[in-house]
Amino acid sequence: MSVNSISRRNILKSLSMGAVAGSVLRVIPLEAAEFAHSLVAAEKADAKAGAYTPKFFPPQQYKTLQLLCGTIFPADADSGGAVEAGAPEFIDLLTRENPEYQLKLGGGLMWLDATCVDRYGKVYLDCSSRQQKEMLDRIAYRKNAVSEASLSQGVEFFSFLRDLTADGFFTSKIGIEYLGYIGNTFLTDFPGCPPVPGV
Amino acid sequence: MAQLNPPAKIYDVCIIGSGAGGGTAAKVLTEGGLNVVMLEAGPALNPDKDFKEHVWPYELPHRGAGIGGRARHDFTGEFLAPNGFWEIDGEPYTVAPGSSFRWFRSRIEGGRTNHWGRIALRFGPADFKARSTDGMGDDWPITYEELAPYYDKVESFVGVFGTKENVPNAPDGVFQPPPKPRCTETIVKKACDKLNITCIPSRLAILTQPLNGRPACHYCAQCGRGCMTASNFSSSQVMIPPAQATGRFTLIPNAMAREIVIGKDGKAEAVYYIDKTTQSENRVRARAFVVAASACESARLLLNSRSSGFSSGLANSSGVVGRYLTDSVGSNLAGYFPQLEKVPAHNHDGVGGMHLYMPWWKFGEKNDFLRGYHIEFGGGRGMPGVGEFGGVCAEYEGYGVSLKQKCRSSYGTVIGFSGRGEMIPNENSYCDIDPNVVDKWGIPVLRFHWEWGENELKMAQHMQDTFRSIIETAGGTVLSRHRDSNEGQINEGKMRVDPAQAKRSSISEGGAIIHELGTVRMGDNPKISALNRNCQAHDVKNLFVADAAPFVTNPDKNPTLTIMALSWKTSEYLLDQAKKGEI
Repeated sequence: MSVNSISRRNILKSLSMGAVAGSVLRVIPLEAAEFAHSLVAAEKADAKAGAYTPKFFPPQQYKTLQLLCGTIFPADADSGGAVEAGAPEFIDLLTRENPEYQLKLGGGLMWLDATCVDRYGKVYLDCSSRQQKEMLDRIAYRKNAVSEASLSQGVEFFSFLRDLTADGFFTSKIGIEYLGYIGNTFLTDFPGCPPVPGV
Repeated sequence: MAQLNPPAKIYDVCIIGSGAGGGTAAKVLTEGGLNVVMLEAGPALNPDKDFKEHVWPYELPHRGAGIGGRARHDFTGEFLAPNGFWEIDGEPYTVAPGSSFRWFRSRIEGGRTNHWGRIALRFGPADFKARSTDGMGDDWPITYEELAPYYDKVESFVGVFGTKENVPNAPDGVFQPPPKPRCTETIVKKACDKLNITCIPSRLAILTQPLNGRPACHYCAQCGRGCMTASNFSSSQVMIPPAQATGRFTLIPNAMAREIVIGKDGKAEAVYYIDKTTQSENRVRARAFVVAASACESARLLLNSRSSGFSSGLANSSGVVGRYLTDSVGSNLAGYFPQLEKVPAHNHDGVGGMHLYMPWWKFGEKNDFLRGYHIEFGGGRGMPGVGEFGGVCAEYEGYGVSLKQKCRSSYGTVIGFSGRGEMIPNENSYCDIDPNVVDKWGIPVLRFHWEWGENELKMAQHMQDTFRSIIETAGGTVLSRHRDSNEGQINEGKMRVDPAQAKRSSISEGGAIIHELGTVRMGDNPKISALNRNCQAHDVKNLFVADAAPFVTNPDKNPTLTIMALSWKTSEYLLDQAKKGEI
């Protein structure tokens, strides 16, 4: 039996255990993690840059996901945005592995399209940018679900996606540079706090 | 059971477990001339392959979030040094109805020392005299003065930084110089000075100067990932190599000890173990046994070693094995500090832990509760990681460039505080063997029973009040509930909430602080203790315990340094007995 097939079995086992454990998934078999890493790395090496094939989301949904990630953390004068940072790939990878995320995000995107169809007669991707903004302005704030209860699932979905997009963006090279983190290096001496007024 | 061929070799000593206690015993015993075999329930460690030091999150497809994102929710991050788990596939434990307890275990050479917090605090004189001091719990059969020379030996060998401070009941040790404070620590210290809370350089088992061929720390703040240069202490990189160098040390990895068997002479004769790689039964024989499998695992092994002479478990004629289980009292709170927004970008990494801490500053005063706690804290401009901005997103909501900028200005402005306090043993906190459940190796599993006492709840509340006053005195504000749901616990130098803690009052879940101990306690009276003053079983002369199971109290000082000092003392006694032909 090859090493790969053992690891694949471990991945499946870990995922089924996680489902039993509920929302807090506590098992990380290291060999399984390594296998998943090598899988994605190999695929990235094979594929042309930018030609990522989503693992969980169907193509249309993935486009919506990309659009939302880019709206949550867009490129600006200081740095690229969440799409350039690989947040959609990161989210797709985790979602493929986690049934709870599949419900929250897959279901959430369906909710978004259904709500847009009700309101504008079109799915989110086909809405005008003004309509898209109007929609997001509704589900981006908890207080809106208080005044309009039918938005609560959308608010929940957007909040979850926003957290994951933040994770994807701020763990990327451009996100880390944007924050100005300096470190992860070898120092012979630690200089301590530089002189700062009030600190 | 299948018949086994008698193993040809009889070792002088068999050590079960390779963590802080087992590793120390291996070093002392082999250097003393004995032939030692060590059983470890996990694989041998390979730092090159197993440690994720200096890896950026974007170099891993999961970015540190782990498979399915589970590390976004829990302590077991993708970067953590390997094989530490709240749950182990096929090796469950159970929790009695009405109780709540979590058990963190490692299955790898070096055990939990591969990723521990490196906090290396001596217990104080009063910690060994609990009952004499306040009438609760019991005194140890040994005093601080008896253990002090072994603290000296351990600190001199493993390397601990700190400063001599003469804090009551927090003894100074043999220290290397401490690193300079970070900005976050400077801010907190100023507030503590105003509040008359003692705030001093922390005491961590991390080298700031070279020692025994190990280079000094290079200040990447990633001790929790395991250290390629062995500049911090782990049993696997610091204790086991000198044992191996003697040529008298044999490590058997993937060996899950199942039972210790007794010979006709009433002495322990062999340990049965399962080779996890072949699922086969094996046996190793020795003249003496040192059980150091971690407090609860050691109790489990003894309780599962039943024979006609020991119907309630080996070395358990007292019935105390599994009893007196304690963990540290934990509580967290985080604050936002606006002045940190003005700090220019700079390297804030430092060592993989706090540079300053607050030892218990009210020792000997009349307080609302007995015993005390210390405070750990951290935060600032660490390597960004998953979950870091969940709190900012929840607080400011929205999306777009303004949220992105808010994340940037909030980055590094949070400091989290964690209290670690003493729990007094109680009747309702213990572990026993679950009568109905075995693990995948067929070994009956532990069942945990847990209840915090009134003293612990009062202490946790006092921690909350103290954290709040420090935060406010330092010019910060306590994080709102939304933000606090994502921040507040120290994990790899960053703040994360303990998800278990959010559920109920401000006190941590039993076991969550990973200082569980006391389950095979020592004492002079064999009716109420399992081990004598030398950590030798009252009932079985050639059986010793060398992890935190022998501890009589669980003071607010993290147990690892005392595990090593006590193991060193126990090992020297064992050596002496072996030389005299007593064992």
